[in-house]
Formats: sequence, C-alpha cells, structure tokens
Amino acid sequence: MAIPLLATVVAVVFNVVPLRLPDYAPLAPGFVLMAVFYWTVHRPDLMRPWAVFLIGILDDMLSGTPLGVNSLVLLFVHWTIVAQHRVFRGKSFVLIWLAFALVALGAKLLLAAIAFAIGYGLIDPLVLMVQYILTLALYPPLALVMGRAQRLFLPAP
Amino acid sequence: MKRPGSVLRLAAPLKILAQRFTFLGLVAMSVGLMVFGKAEAPLVERARTTVTDAMVPILDAVSRPVATVAEIADRINVIIDVHAENTRLREENERLLRWQAVAHRLETENRSLRDLSRVAPEDTVSFVSARVVADAGGTFVRSVLVMAGTRDAVAKGQTAITAEGLVGRVGEVGERSARVLLLTDLNSQVPVVLESSRERAILAGDNSERPKLTHLAAAARPQIGDRLMTSGHGGVFPPGLPVGIIVAVNDGTARVKPFVEFHRLDHVRLIDFGLSGTLPVGAPPPAPRRGR
Repeated sequence: MAIPLLATVVAVVFNVVPLRLPDYAPLAPGFVLMAVFYWTVHRPDLMRPWAVFLIGILDDMLSGTPLGVNSLVLLFVHWTIVAQHRVFRGKSFVLIWLAFALVALGAKLLLAAIAFAIGYGLIDPLVLMVQYILTLALYPPLALVMGRAQRLFLPAP
Repeated sequence: MKRPGSVLRLAAPLKILAQRFTFLGLVAMSVGLMVFGKAEAPLVERARTTVTDAMVPILDAVSRPVATVAEIADRINVIIDVHAENTRLREENERLLRWQAVAHRLETENRSLRDLSRVAPEDTVSFVSARVVADAGGTFVRSVLVMAGTRDAVAKGQTAITAEGLVGRVGEVGERSARVLLLTDLNSQVPVVLESSRERAILAGDNSERPKLTHLAAAARPQIGDRLMTSGHGGVFPPGLPVGIIVAVNDGTARVKPFVEFHRLDHVRLIDFGLSGTLPVGAPPPAPRRGR
C-alpha cells in the first residue's frame, strides 16, 4: 500500500516544485495522472479509490486548484482502468501507453469540462493540447522510474 | 466444502457492490467539495493552509536541489555570455551614473520643496523576504507558495514584489506558508497606468503568461513598448510599482509581459503597505492608511 501511495505523493510534490523553466507553468504535464494511471494498471490492489481521492485532494490543496477537481478527474481515471482491467492484463508497454493516451485524453477533456462548469471559462485548446502531448511524452520515463520502484520494493504478487 | 463456496459466491457480488458504492461515494464527495468550497471559502482556505503548512518543509527541501541545478545552469550561461554582458553592463552603468546625478539633484530639490510646503513624511513600510518553494502550474491558477506565514507577520492582501517589479499579492496565509497569487492568475486584476500617456487600465490575468489590458478608455491607444505601473486605485496595490511592458496589440487588446520572470522567482518580498487589500476592482474607496 505504502509504496504506490508514497510514489504518487512524490509525483504530487514534484508537480509543484519550481523547475525554473520558461513558459512551463501553463503547460505543466500531469505527473500525478501518470502516477495514478501506472499504479492502478500495475497494482490495482495497492491503489484504492480512497487513496486516489486523497491524492487528488492533496494535489488540489498544494496547487491551489478548487478542492475536488483533481480528485474527481483521478477517480475517473482509476474507474476507467479498473472497469477495463482485463484489457490491461499482461499487455506490452506500447499498448499500455496507447491506453494511457486515451485515458489521459478523457481526463483532460473532463478537466476542461469541470473548469467550464465551475466558472473558469473555456481553456485555450492549444494549451490543453500541449499539456496533453507533454503528459504523453513523459509517461514512458515516469513509468520506467515507477517500474524500478515496483521491482525494488514490491516483488510480483 | 459446500458452505465456503456459497459464501464466496455471495461475497463476490457484495464486494463488487461495496466497491461501486465506495467509488460513487468518493465521486459524490469530490463534487460536494467543489460546491462546498465555493460556499464555505474560509473553511476550505483554513484546511488548505493547514495542509500547506504541513507540507512546506518538504517542499522547501525538494525545491533546494532543483534551485541549485537551475543556478548552475544559469552560471554556465553567465560564463558563456560574460563578454557581451560586460559590454552591456558598462553601457548601462554609464547611463545609470547619469541618472544618479539626476536623482541626486531631484532629491535635493524634492527635500527643499518638502521643507517649503511641509509635506508629511511618507509612511515607512515593513517587509518580509520569503523563499518560493512551490509553483503551481496547470489549468486553474497561477500562484506560488512561499515559506513565510503569520508567524513572520505575513498577512492576506500584502503586496509581493521583487527588484524587477510587481509579482502579485498574498491570497492565503498559513502559519508558516503563504500563497501568492501572480499577476497572471485568472483572478488577478491590477489597476495600472500607462507610463507615457497616464491612461488608466486594469491588467487582468487569464492564466496565460501574458495578461491583458482591460477597461482602457476608448480613446487610448496602447503602443507596443508602453510601460505600466500600478496606479494605486482600488486600494489593493500601492501606486508606482513597475508592472510590465506592452508586447502585443491585437484588435485593440494589449498583451503585457510582466517585468518579473515568474519562472525564475526565487525570493519575493512581501510588503505591508497598510492597504486593506481585499477589495475587488471597482469597490468603494479603500479604508484610510494605517501608519506603521
């Protein structure tokens, strides 16, 4: 339980650490999304809905997002994977990455819909697209790191 | 052997039901929090600041090595550019020396005029320097967390600046952390004046890196290169702080590049100008200044 949660909390913290890159802030990729996706796919037994909820709340609190927004988006991600878990079982990395592309797209659209619903207006589609592409591009390295952590601390069940 | 089997058969759907119930409950809680957060803003704010207070030592520890790496990269850049930089600095120094002479003359003149007209001396202000430990990007907000809070006399509504200019203002304060809303935030509205024409406007953030000028008089013609300062109207920011420069004008909408490079923020200065600071734009005149 502890390792996936800890790894995801690290992602939450990393998400808000000032990286001092120009023009980064509006385009920041969703590290938390990646972490929740990874652990729900690989160890759904260790990434429970309530943990996903709490991670979302922590993310909201640290990033200054209205409370509940990220928890809702992450719960959606979690639910999609759990509902389709047969699709993910034993698939190659590329296929999982492809699935991530779909889930992340859904998550981005949901986020934009929530933003609109709670009065933040329409988000610039270009910004969303760049965020999305960055999130996709950075998933493999993050999955690599998480995979290392998994093999190191959590031998196969 | 029959019993455990039937229990299992019964348990499996129950388990699924329980899981579904948990999931729906959590979704409902998320939605509830969104609604609740709007209605009970102060309570949510307190919860948020409590959590940020608890996390701020961790954020501080994590952000230091990142800052060091960025600093090393900066230093390498400096070494590469040292020659060009030196020439530029020489020119700038020459120019500044001329300005210094002007400033001296004006200071003397100002002092003698003040003596003549017996102007009350301006209030002194107090300030706190605080380290930036988190920097929230993403879709909803542009804000930074700084490591200073009520125990350092930071208060909501204080102005955040750097040597370059205005950063924003303090939106939430915990005991040892505070959230500074940047100029670029969707909720940021700064009353400004154009330096050359003295036209007033509002600099409104929209979560992009280039906030836009609104409420500009119809006759005003914002020009690329116009500099903006705070006007002090509305009583949220003190007048005369450098804000930014107009970099684009499209269909009458001017986009402004803030003087402060937000991605480079390292320390900010939180200043108590004694302004009430919570007034939105267009609100009634601010309360009288508290001397400090």
